[in-house]
Amino acid sequence: MAVSMLSAAEKRRPWILLAPTLAALVLLMLVPIGIMLVYSFYKFQTAGVETPDLNLGNWHEFFSDSYYHGFLWKTARISAITALLCAVMGYPPAYFIAMTSFRHKWLLLLLLIVPFWISFTIRTFSWVHILGEKGVINASLMGLGLISEPIPMLYTEGSVIMGMIHFLLPYMVLNIYVSLDGIDRNLISAARSLGCTNWQAFKEVTLPLSLPGLGAGLLLSFVLAAGSYVTPQILGGRKDSLFGNLIFDTIMKELNWPMGTTLSVVLLVLLGIVSIIYSRYMGLSTITKGLSR
Amino acid sequence: MTNAVELRNITLAYGSFVAVENVSLSIEKGTFLTLLGPSGCGKTTILRSIAGLVNPTAGDIEIAGRRVNDVPIHKRNIGLVFQNYALFPHKTIFDNIGFGLKYRNVPKPAIAAKVKRALEIVRLPGVEKKLPSELSGGQQQRIALARAIVIEPDVLLLDEPLSALDANLRDEMRVELKQIQRQTGITTIFVTHDQGEALAMSDRVVVMNRGRIEQMGSPFDVYEHPQTEFVAGFLGNANFLQATVVAMQGEAVQVRLAGGANLLVGGGHARPVKPGDAVKVVVRAEKVVVTPECTVPIMARIVDVDYLGALARYEVELAGGQRLRALSSLHEKARSLGETVGVGIDPEHCRIL
Repeated sequence: MAVSMLSAAEKRRPWILLAPTLAALVLLMLVPIGIMLVYSFYKFQTAGVETPDLNLGNWHEFFSDSYYHGFLWKTARISAITALLCAVMGYPPAYFIAMTSFRHKWLLLLLLIVPFWISFTIRTFSWVHILGEKGVINASLMGLGLISEPIPMLYTEGSVIMGMIHFLLPYMVLNIYVSLDGIDRNLISAARSLGCTNWQAFKEVTLPLSLPGLGAGLLLSFVLAAGSYVTPQILGGRKDSLFGNLIFDTIMKELNWPMGTTLSVVLLVLLGIVSIIYSRYMGLSTITKGLSR
Repeated sequence: MTNAVELRNITLAYGSFVAVENVSLSIEKGTFLTLLGPSGCGKTTILRSIAGLVNPTAGDIEIAGRRVNDVPIHKRNIGLVFQNYALFPHKTIFDNIGFGLKYRNVPKPAIAAKVKRALEIVRLPGVEKKLPSELSGGQQQRIALARAIVIEPDVLLLDEPLSALDANLRDEMRVELKQIQRQTGITTIFVTHDQGEALAMSDRVVVMNRGRIEQMGSPFDVYEHPQTEFVAGFLGNANFLQATVVAMQGEAVQVRLAGGANLLVGGGHARPVKPGDAVKVVVRAEKVVVTPECTVPIMARIVDVDYLGALARYEVELAGGQRLRALSSLHEKARSLGETVGVGIDPEHCRIL
């Protein structure tokens, strides 16, 4: 009934209002991805030259060559380690901010955002001066005479994970904070009144109710880590390249666009699948809630 | 016999703000006691300090004869019910109600039996497997009550448990809550700002204002014999009349109203009076009778009429300009504006403050 009462102009209105966004999304996202997909079926002739005779060569190469699978596996492993470490390191500060009776909570939240004011690349480079052979740590330890040779810390898998945690931790903290902040304090009081110690009440009430935020943080960290290439480029050694670096090298160095686009589509699809699995169980709304704060 | 709850000179201050000031209270076992007062009067703070959610700055709290000041909340045997129910949203009704039993190391078969029994008491059998979100507000509040009473607490603390419910459901739950309390015999402390709830449900009412107890007594006592102007004004619809004491007539007191009319006050007085004293006489609106007959000593003019169907609310002006509100049940047509009427006030229902 109500639907039929809308005039034609009223039916059009939402579409008119959506049009700019839809146009931008289609032109700037769907079309380029479509072009990439088409390119993945092109034939690579020599650096910078490809011919549009559609074939499955690139895809066959990707599925049959374990060189690519190794990158994929390493990327998944490092991203998972990064996401888990972020969760472990992010939960306590998020809990503290959510539970503190400090009156200027916004200040603590602002402190989380402050790192975003400095360029991501510069923040990543700062680790060179901390972990490097002549960096703060090695210089101090050698100055104190505790070590005679600098400890190799930079250009390792550890330094890559370190750098990624540095940039992902605020996302994790914010996501966990939002779900902790939404928990009714009376629930904790209720659990305490029924016989729980503080720690038992945390296990029974706070932790399970903050899982959506924790899950959202894990997903976001994992996806962003898996897609990163600047961090391993700057802080990683030759063998610490991730899938993103592989794509970068294939496109920018080998100028092999067909293979590069194939790899890009693979990463896009895989991360998409991870997100879909997550949203099936947790709902993606918690992420948008986390980001809108 | 030890009292279920004993508060001795409880003071609770947040910095310079004193939420509760020197409150002492003894609550007998099995009593339904209501802490009544406007928001910010300290009633919830007292409840929270008995629960152990806040610590008093000074004074002692005893539950079942045991001093609990330093006993953490989970070791006080209390049942707590919140305004917003506070059911665990991720747990089934069974797990919600069984929660306290689990932490009291009750064996599983006994938990199942007790949960079943508690659901029967709150008249919601068979919802064990549901989640709280699948129940209505009134049902959730029953579950919250079941969760609190299933652990057989020394005292049941109810923090405005009815105020989130809509009016009809609230009345229904009010009756039921009282029945459950009577049936289980659990000492209950009920916090509310609703005088109707307080009068209808309680064995004892404690009226609070600004962190202090204004008056305590049976509902009849606090309503009929208010000790302070605050109590008289907070409970029911009270008129305050300026008057001068003329003479003492045994138990009753003859006073002259500002407008010259004489009034006999037979409802007692909160403090001793002697002829010549300026006093305030309190009389409830429903005790003021508006009659067409001019035989009664006080004459007045109707300045406002609110027709409420079964009732009419009049505002009448006495000779001296004092105004009185009167609430009359309507057996005939309501009086009209500007009419001159007689105002009858039974001496029994006037009281000097």
